[in-house]
Amino acid sequence: MDLDRLRNISIIAHIDHGKTTLSDRVLELSGIVSARDMRAQYLDSMDLERERGITIKLQSVRIPWRDHVINLIDTPGHVDFGYEVSRSLAACEGVVLLVDAAQGIEAQTLANCYLALENDLEIVACMNKIDLPAADPDRCAEEIEAVLGIPAEEVLRISAKSGEGVGDLLDAVIDRIPPPTGDADAPLRALIFDSHFDQYRGVVSSVRVMDGTMRAGAKLRFMQAGATHGAEEIGVRSPDPQPVDALGPGETGYLIAGIKDVGAAKSGETVTDTAAPADEPLAGYRDPKPMVFCGLYPIDGDEFPDLREALEKLRLNDSSFTYEPESSGALGFGFRCGFLGLLHMEIVRERLEREFDLSLIATAPSVEYRVHTTKGTVVEIDNPSEMPPMSEVDSIEEPWLTVSILTPTDYTGTLMELCQNRRGEMVKLEYLSPERVELRYRVPLAEVVTDFFDQMKSRTQGYASLDYEADGYGVSALVKVDVLLNSQPVDAFSMIVHREKAEDYGRRMCEKLKELIPRQLFDVPIQAAVGGRIIARQTVKAKRKDVLSKCYGGDITRKRKLLERQKEGKKKMKSIGRVEVPQEAFVSALRLDD
Amino acid sequence: MPFCRHRCDYCAFATWTDRDHVAARYLEACRVHAARLAPGLAPVTSVFVGGGTPSRVDPTPLLAVLAELPVAEGAEVTVECNPEDLDAGRAAAFAAGGVTRVSIGVQSFVAHVLDALGRRHPVEAVGPAVAAARGAGLDVNLDLIYGGTGESRADWATTLDGALALEPDHVSAYGLTVEPGTPLADDPSRHPDDDDQADKYLDASDRLEAAGYGWYEISNWARPGHRCRHNLLYWSMGDYVALGCAAHGHRDGVRYWHVRTPERYADEVEAGREPVAGSERLEPGARRLEAVQLSLRTEAGVPVAALPPADRAALVGLVEVRGDRLVLTRGGRLLANEVATRLVDPGEAA
Repeated sequence: MDLDRLRNISIIAHIDHGKTTLSDRVLELSGIVSARDMRAQYLDSMDLERERGITIKLQSVRIPWRDHVINLIDTPGHVDFGYEVSRSLAACEGVVLLVDAAQGIEAQTLANCYLALENDLEIVACMNKIDLPAADPDRCAEEIEAVLGIPAEEVLRISAKSGEGVGDLLDAVIDRIPPPTGDADAPLRALIFDSHFDQYRGVVSSVRVMDGTMRAGAKLRFMQAGATHGAEEIGVRSPDPQPVDALGPGETGYLIAGIKDVGAAKSGETVTDTAAPADEPLAGYRDPKPMVFCGLYPIDGDEFPDLREALEKLRLNDSSFTYEPESSGALGFGFRCGFLGLLHMEIVRERLEREFDLSLIATAPSVEYRVHTTKGTVVEIDNPSEMPPMSEVDSIEEPWLTVSILTPTDYTGTLMELCQNRRGEMVKLEYLSPERVELRYRVPLAEVVTDFFDQMKSRTQGYASLDYEADGYGVSALVKVDVLLNSQPVDAFSMIVHREKAEDYGRRMCEKLKELIPRQLFDVPIQAAVGGRIIARQTVKAKRKDVLSKCYGGDITRKRKLLERQKEGKKKMKSIGRVEVPQEAFVSALRLDD
Repeated sequence: MPFCRHRCDYCAFATWTDRDHVAARYLEACRVHAARLAPGLAPVTSVFVGGGTPSRVDPTPLLAVLAELPVAEGAEVTVECNPEDLDAGRAAAFAAGGVTRVSIGVQSFVAHVLDALGRRHPVEAVGPAVAAARGAGLDVNLDLIYGGTGESRADWATTLDGALALEPDHVSAYGLTVEPGTPLADDPSRHPDDDDQADKYLDASDRLEAAGYGWYEISNWARPGHRCRHNLLYWSMGDYVALGCAAHGHRDGVRYWHVRTPERYADEVEAGREPVAGSERLEPGARRLEAVQLSLRTEAGVPVAALPPADRAALVGLVEVRGDRLVLTRGGRLLANEVATRLVDPGEAA
């Protein structure tokens, strides 16, 4: 294939700014998917993606346009998946920046544009939804010029919904974005930028050939993994997969190499041909590290083996989460799982429940702390129950983030307050335009994982957007709060919090549990404690009456069934310090949103 | 008798306020059904005519139903009555037709509590109703309810005193219960408080027992010799047949129940069919368990073997040993469900 006729692009856009609609329209306009076969959000093949309207796993598709071929490489639209964005950008020469003309540019979109600029990618900017009454394309174009230096008059105006301007956009992609370069005779170097598991084909990887040629049937060396696999099938998607004999330099397609586990074909991997191997892999490979952790437990303890199997299967498709078995006195047997971020955690949990039909309890999310002990050792913990006794703790370090929030100026005050409540330290405040401002704060990760995003959204009617990056570790005055039921600590409710927030957490947990724990035959004290010191207390008073007043001829069958149900319910309760606690109490107490 | 003037908003019984025109046809269906069942019945030792409001319908056709049954000599025959319906004439008619006992729906002797319960009779109607029953030589039970909205402990004491002053033979005191599907269920602000009801139950127990009424079931107290034999039959797994819509029966190890509306009941009976809507037969083990669950509620208690030793330890103070039986204590009566869920099949021997 003539390189000059090839373009590799990604679309950078905020959630809801219309990326998927644009992709659908492009497929339709180029004629490769007929309007009849078109279903909304063609490229989002996972149910969850279609429901949430976001793309999680990358897809790439080959689109013919004006005697050229455009490879459209999809990118995920959420901050948790920033690493996946960087991988897709590495496979492109240019990007289309898609901005909702009513909303303006959002924090994460901006961050991804900076990433594209750092990679010397050409940016074709366009505004979407220009047909909406609320659209303000002139203001939006000025803002793009102000923050990215793209002249306002070069910003295209489209409606992905109606198709208006989409042809011009494709023309601009061909005219403005450079074709790929690459040496067809050099040793093969191809970048894997996504892998997913197909239950019939095994691992299917998306690849971009940088140098040389990848041929079907070749023996391929996976340079970072250090393994060799045969290229069973290579092909392109347009959008259904079509096998090809070879992929030349600059080309994008898929590779099936008989691999059973996505962990063996990770994003960022360099593939070469064993017949004429390259000396050096491509740059930029890294393993994304989990940042957020929680315990996942089956509500029904008998489902533990099912949960293990589900996690194994899910990991075939998503090597970025981790899991290992753990046990809890309160919740039984489960797994400690690590995720890239909060959304990632939610998605994995939801997929486990939905695709594998499991009912799960998730513990409160935690981050990874570095505990310096008085003996001079350092312990890394991602679970409060691993915390050494406070008397042996010298200091605790926690991970910090730098967060960037783009917001209409009206909300500056409320967002500053939010950041300060979350122990944030301001780095800068900068006006992008008279109406929009960028706030930059350093905030502990632990403060961001407990509903920071939701708080930000609700304080700004959804107008603010967030991006973040890891920013090292720092010592904080942290303590572990234990919650005791009838004097017995309940590990599932322990939490590491800042000293100043300990009492608040303890009080809220005690109040919540008082509502959730049914009255027992005796008074049940609920206490929160730091070290040995009680910081909050509630009591569930002993139950005095449960009898049904009436039991005559017509009530007997009903009463028997009621007693049977109560007996069943009792069996499902967990006994902690002689207190019978229904599983529902754990689920509700651990819920984040209240 | 599924007809009422007015529906009390805590009531979940099968009863209607707009079907009085069905009453005559319905009573005739009951009579025909009784006549059909009579040849297969052993002498009947007790009859209970419940509601709805049996005291609202014409006593003649009501008593005609009774006349079809092979009622044994000295049987207990109870009719539920609203205070405002029970005058000397009706009481005399009942007595002449074989009725021996009336159960009067008093509920409270405090006007604002009656109001809150949605009861429409005046407090003053109760005394004359009791006098009418006494005049006809009938035994008297008074039904009371505690835990209505706005009822204080003092109000409840007034009600207990008012009942005792009339010297009934028997008192039933029920905690107001929230039944699903009732207007009361939809209004949580009026739901009774467990602790308040517990206090009032103990008040009832104190006053009634001090006045010579012996406790014999969770909600029932009687003067010696005046326990309700019909209810004792329910709690001792005795046999009884159902008559009328939504009535339940228990015969030969089978529990069964009738269709719910008076029209459907009449349709079935007129067509010569048994008006049964459903039934269940329990396995012997489950039946023995049901027997101890019912018996637990009464002064008879349960065989010691029905409660595992570990549970007995957990329930200290709620049950006490009397001979080879375990009987609920006063505090235990209030937590009878907690005890009942721990009961096990005591086996054949018990």
